[in-house]
Amino acid sequence: MPITAAAPPFAGFPRGDGSRIPYAVFTSQEVYDREQALIFRGPTWSFLGLEAEIPHPGDFKSTFVGDTPVVMTRDEDGALAAWVNRCAHRGAMVCRQARGNAATHSCVYHQWRYDSRGDLFGVPFLRGLGGQAGMPADFDRAANGLRKLRVDSYAGLVFATFSNTVSPLADYIGPVMGGYVDRIFHKPIEYLGCTRQFSNSNWKLYLENVKDPYHASLLHLFHTTFNIFRVGMKAHCVSGGPHELHSIILAIKDDQAATAGAYEAQKIRAYDSGFALADPSILALVPEFDLLATNHIQPIFPQLVIQQIHNSLVARQLLPKGPDAFELVFHFFGYQDDDAEMRKLRIKQANLVGPAGYISMEDTEATELVQRGVAADGAATSVIDMGRDAPDQTDTLITEGLIRAFWAGYRTLMGFDAGEAAEAAAG
Amino acid sequence: MIDLVLRQELLALQDEYIATLDTDALELWPEMFVDDCLYEIIPKENEDLGLPAPVIHCDGKAMLRDRVISLRNANIFQPVVYRHFVSGLSFTTTDAVTVEMRSSYLVINTSQLGQSVVYQTGRYHDVVVRDGDRWRFRSKRAIYDTSRIQTALAIPI
Repeated sequence: MPITAAAPPFAGFPRGDGSRIPYAVFTSQEVYDREQALIFRGPTWSFLGLEAEIPHPGDFKSTFVGDTPVVMTRDEDGALAAWVNRCAHRGAMVCRQARGNAATHSCVYHQWRYDSRGDLFGVPFLRGLGGQAGMPADFDRAANGLRKLRVDSYAGLVFATFSNTVSPLADYIGPVMGGYVDRIFHKPIEYLGCTRQFSNSNWKLYLENVKDPYHASLLHLFHTTFNIFRVGMKAHCVSGGPHELHSIILAIKDDQAATAGAYEAQKIRAYDSGFALADPSILALVPEFDLLATNHIQPIFPQLVIQQIHNSLVARQLLPKGPDAFELVFHFFGYQDDDAEMRKLRIKQANLVGPAGYISMEDTEATELVQRGVAADGAATSVIDMGRDAPDQTDTLITEGLIRAFWAGYRTLMGFDAGEAAEAAAG
Repeated sequence: MIDLVLRQELLALQDEYIATLDTDALELWPEMFVDDCLYEIIPKENEDLGLPAPVIHCDGKAMLRDRVISLRNANIFQPVVYRHFVSGLSFTTTDAVTVEMRSSYLVINTSQLGQSVVYQTGRYHDVVVRDGDRWRFRSKRAIYDTSRIQTALAIPI
């Protein structure tokens, strides 16, 4: 039998409820390209950074919306702007620095100059020189600026979109998810720097991870061993926003002696009662929010995860880098009114998260194990059933409900078939 | 005049340090520091901007010991095979028992699949103090250039 032309990576999602995910969505270049068009260039707002990173007029930072290099800036009036980092002339990257301050941005290739809003104002030899012709008479500088994105901020978080139709940012985040954003961003913040982590796995595996309270106490043994997070804790897990693509996991501080027994009884490797820290100060939890939660993990689809773990505060930016790679940029912050002791605690608790984090270093390990495991079986599916019979149960950490909601929304956004129709097509 | 004896002692201290990490003798690693110490791994991009966000920040030997205990008992990560290479030592003597020293480092990591890659490059800023008949670190800061950390950072640099 001759080898046939490449078939579509998969026929559709076997179920519409997000509980069976064909592995090809993690490996297919075709799916990846479709995501760039329908998600990152589609009706979504992508997180670029913190307003606190660019506090002054002229400040800028290079970043991405999906694969597209984008620069976020603050213009001379203090307003936010964002533009594609590609000269309108011949396509070279205009801004070559990660961060800085500049009133204008010049492309080095032919020195076309743009202001901080991305408007073109300088073209060398526009009128030619000494009788030699310049640009044609019909060349319109106003029509040849950098490609601008819609940009807006919510509570100091800067987002941009290519879409002219997506709802305003506050509506896109939505009132319920907005309330949780406000919980963290309830007073002015100070940017403390960032760390970066690169994983050889698909970006959606990371989104699954931050919508997965089930894994938190089983993969991250540090959590359970030191009573930071156990599945028996009180919890709040809900999704929201367009197509239920955003979500929140709150793990609420309570009396945890009772839940420790559950791990011992089931002989789950998570619980090691003989383990103690020589310096337990890293696990301090200074109350600074209305609700005393040890963990607040909140993805705002597609590029942001807001995190509070104890007193460690981070805005994680999730950037896809091809079907089998993503980068995480951890933006650490504190509050402007932190005293020296509080700031010291936040730096100490930076040990908990990020690439070397006591309770996060395993995440990229796990997502890479999935990437390697699914490489050759695009039509096979995952099984995401935990708590499927109790969709209204939002007060438990033993659930995969947020992951199912995410995949159902993703399927809609991507226009993939679901349910019996897909099965028939595949049959 | 360079104090050649001191220089040899500092080079020996560096060799001991990287051998401790590269031979997986992690339990000995905290013992190379004084009790009231600082150990930090921080990206150059933060250091250059005067921003404090670290990858690892331990103040006090107890935190170093905790890191080792956690790596041995709680954390899950791919087996790490580091080879450290240190070069370009410079140092200034602060007083009779305190020396500030700087050097460049390169860490090659070899995966289980047998591939060796440049895992991290950077520079060490160290303050070492004479403690009886040997030198120990009062402060060791690894300021790394390789801002994108591949997969995770488990074992210290």
